[in-house]
Amino acid sequence: MIGPDLLDMADLDAEAITTILDTAEGFKDVALRPIKKVPTLRGRTVCNLFFEDSTRTRISFEIAEKRLSADVINFSAKGSSVAKGESFKDTALTLQAMGVDAIVIRHAASGAAQQLTRWVDARVLNAGDGTHQHPTQALLDLYTIRERFGRVEGLEVAVVGDVVHSRVARSVCQGLVTMGAHVTVVGPPTLLPPALETWGVRVSHDLDAVLPGLDVCYLLRVQRERMHAQFFPTSREYARIWGLDADRLAVLPEHAAILHPGPMNRGVEITADVADAPNALITEQVSNGIAVRMSVLYLLLGGEEGAEA
Amino acid sequence: MSVVLTADDVRRVLRRMAHELLERNRGTDFVLLGIRTRGVPIAERLAAIIAEIEGVEVPHGSLDVTLYRDDYARTGPRPLGRTELPGSVDGETVVLVDDVLFTGRTIRAALDALTDAGRPRAVQLAVLVDRGHRELPVRADVVGKNLPTAPGDQVRVRLVEDDGVDEVVLSDGEVTA
Repeated sequence: MIGPDLLDMADLDAEAITTILDTAEGFKDVALRPIKKVPTLRGRTVCNLFFEDSTRTRISFEIAEKRLSADVINFSAKGSSVAKGESFKDTALTLQAMGVDAIVIRHAASGAAQQLTRWVDARVLNAGDGTHQHPTQALLDLYTIRERFGRVEGLEVAVVGDVVHSRVARSVCQGLVTMGAHVTVVGPPTLLPPALETWGVRVSHDLDAVLPGLDVCYLLRVQRERMHAQFFPTSREYARIWGLDADRLAVLPEHAAILHPGPMNRGVEITADVADAPNALITEQVSNGIAVRMSVLYLLLGGEEGAEA
Repeated sequence: MSVVLTADDVRRVLRRMAHELLERNRGTDFVLLGIRTRGVPIAERLAAIIAEIEGVEVPHGSLDVTLYRDDYARTGPRPLGRTELPGSVDGETVVLVDDVLFTGRTIRAALDALTDAGRPRAVQLAVLVDRGHRELPVRADVVGKNLPTAPGDQVRVRLVEDDGVDEVVLSDGEVTA
């Protein structure tokens, strides 16, 4: 069951995820054509409501919306007094009054997307809420992994680094576990959240021990902007213990894929040469993101007229 | 429920359609594009029959029109299929192939999908069954069987490739097959 909103990877079972990925394959074909646009969402209005900085997610959603022929409104709250509470609600009610069909929201507060669904009739797509969830990122990662290996089930995946601040880690681990991958979360104790065992993952504090058995090494961005305390001594020390460099790349099996949700801190969690290595799928992740977001929009926005009639 | 075309009928009808296409186009200078889903095996079979008659392999492929349908807002998303073109359609004569021609809306969507894929010199339409009740000004160039129906009737085309048997079945509105 998909919809009515996309808030949390926990709402998607393996069947729903498979439907989204299969549909995305069809949209990937669209991206290879001379005319990369289909008329499917003609007459629908989608608002990109971004309370927090974003480059790739916002642009990726915007391209996805435009390729589906939706009308796109970009709302960036950056620099305005809009931050939380009443003013967030007022913004939501304004969009509701304007009759938008879908809202793609990014917000620094965990649960913001869920909150928005209480105020609007529009479909809500969570594009990242605080340290909670970032479901379309997880879906594009699953797509990229499935595309490379032909499956997700049974793969050995390590999710490495700053897990505690990472909504991506929460969504990705959930998606991987739902699809039957074996996930190991790797990082310094200060950057791992409590109760990790409830995620259905293994935990390790030794990257070098984990690397040789991996099919996928998923590196997380060190999220300086969310760190209000000292989580590790220096970037150089982090890079030495937890970063993927050429030496560690040599230990990784040849077939293994390297993923990173971006933006990368080159020289911290990943060195520049590893980021550009042939088994790094980072640019594939970006292009697959468009197809996956088209898929999600397509699957969520159809059939409303019938539902209302 | 009645069988309108048996397996033998389907075989004969497809053979005649292949001949008609060759006659119409004075040879094999055209591309067959089957509309997903049932149009695809029909296009493949027409290509095979033409290869047998003329000794020439006509390029053939498939066209998925799901994203171009006009009922997305009403009925919701349908599963997407793959569009596999045998090459550029620019300047080619394209024969769209489908199983049943009914309202004409699928063909309207197919024409839009084809326009986004390129600029064919001409587009023709070949259908196994024309059951009437058009809602758009669409006409088939080659028809396997003209079948008078009531608007609520169901016409089912079953093919070996998907259903294990070749037959066309007509059932009235009350029966849901």
